[in-house]
Amino acid sequence: MLSKIVRTVANQLILFILIFGLYVIMHGHLTPGGGFQGGAVVVSGVVMLLVAFSSKDLQKSLRERFLSIMESTGALIFAILGFAGIGTVFFYNFLVGTSIFGRIPPTGPNPGDIWTGGVIPLMNLAVGLKVIAGLSAVVLAMALFSIGEEIEE
Amino acid sequence: MRQVVGLILLLVVVAFLVWGVLDIHPFGYPPSDMDDYIIENAQEETGSNNVVASVVFDYRGLDTLGEATILFTAVTGVLLLLRTRKRREESS
Repeated sequence: MLSKIVRTVANQLILFILIFGLYVIMHGHLTPGGGFQGGAVVVSGVVMLLVAFSSKDLQKSLRERFLSIMESTGALIFAILGFAGIGTVFFYNFLVGTSIFGRIPPTGPNPGDIWTGGVIPLMNLAVGLKVIAGLSAVVLAMALFSIGEEIEE
Repeated sequence: MRQVVGLILLLVVVAFLVWGVLDIHPFGYPPSDMDDYIIENAQEETGSNNVVASVVFDYRGLDTLGEATILFTAVTGVLLLLRTRKRREESS
């Protein structure tokens, strides 16, 4: 556990890091970024908490069971979305033109609309969940292993 | 002696890499129809302003499935390796 200054700053900063990471994930079809990158941003916030506080404190709030359920959910959503377009071809973007994320932007530069992209925003969300849960579990397990503890169920 | 051998090996590897770079195609050559097609039609077909995202998650979605599988396997391996200690102590 680091000094009180570091802990206070980390406490204030984690909100902004989480918001920025979720923004990068949810705007993956409009701006640079996406599921992998935004997930890495969120996990960098988790690593900051891990450095500022002791890993035993974080162990109580980040359970392994919760993280594995989250990761499996992300992988399952991704695979299901891939299989859902199998009527045409594997990973077909079947939501374009429908009422869910179905608007089509004009070709060329445009301001962008969050309600476009078909399955791409949903896949970004699934991959983001997967990266957040997976990398958090890896970092937490390694930190706990280095002090001789074990990740909690 | 070891340093001299290492230096020679390093020079050989660098020479191979430079040789490979000298032989590379010029940028954007040979021209392909696929990149023009994606740049012109990605917004209309996938509805995504970010053409890179439309390639990663739509045109080449299967590759992304492989990437996700790699991540899943890595996490599974790390958790399997780092969780075995306590159980072994309990059983012994």
